[in-house]
Amino acid sequence: MSFATRGFSGRRREPDTRLPPGQTLVQDWPVLSAGPTPHVDTADWEFTIRDETGAEHRWSWDELLALGVEDVTVDIHCVTHWSRLDMDWRGVSLDKVFENVESEHEYVMAHSYGGYTTNIPLEDLLDGKAWIATEADGGPLDPEHGGPARLLVPHLYFWKSAKWLRGLTMMPDNDPGFWEQYGYHLYGDPWKEERYW
Amino acid sequence: MTDHLDGNVLAGALSEVFTGDVTAARARCGGCGRMSVMAEAMVYTNAPGLVARCAGCDQVLATIVDTGDRLILSLAGLTAIELRR
Repeated sequence: MSFATRGFSGRRREPDTRLPPGQTLVQDWPVLSAGPTPHVDTADWEFTIRDETGAEHRWSWDELLALGVEDVTVDIHCVTHWSRLDMDWRGVSLDKVFENVESEHEYVMAHSYGGYTTNIPLEDLLDGKAWIATEADGGPLDPEHGGPARLLVPHLYFWKSAKWLRGLTMMPDNDPGFWEQYGYHLYGDPWKEERYW
Repeated sequence: MTDHLDGNVLAGALSEVFTGDVTAARARCGGCGRMSVMAEAMVYTNAPGLVARCAGCDQVLATIVDTGDRLILSLAGLTAIELRR
């Protein structure tokens, strides 16, 4: 009669297999910031990739959008233990941005308006894994969430998705960015709980 | 909306590391040279760690990352800090 008693025991909730270890699901979008929020108008916004020769590849706001904006639905995982699932974004794939950039270097430092930095291996930005996001939750990115444009690298902890993105610098070595210098993991895979040094 | 607090918010975490009250300690900013007590710093707490910035120039003076079983402390933005006996 086990099938009869099962009904009284209540339905056991299966662990959500989309939540990495140590994460809690949230419905809101917490704002985290290590400094004052820059307010950058899209008319003044500029994005630059600097390669090892010192050459700079530049895009204005309109030039970036002209590369092609795509819809993206991804899960995001913050190192402070919250996760959001199926979050809607719009942005430009880094594959398009890097289409005409030649570099032998395998690492990238992302730079933000306001001075924030974070380091990422180049291969983690390519092959459909990362975007320059300009919209989230159906509207333009608010400054407090990194607008007008932020990096979106959803397979790594969210501190790697630098807010207020202004440029990428190619690096020969995996030098640490802001949080990576101050105690956070050099890579930051949420499924391996790579939170700290 | 104020997005930061004053340096007194550092007291709890720093009391685990230093014997005296570090928020009353004077320190010199490595960016602009401003000398002030740590309590005057602007501290961003809604972040993966505490980030104390100079009230004069915004430079990061100190960071504290709490890993649970460790505190990772950086004072790299300070030229010097005066700890009273």
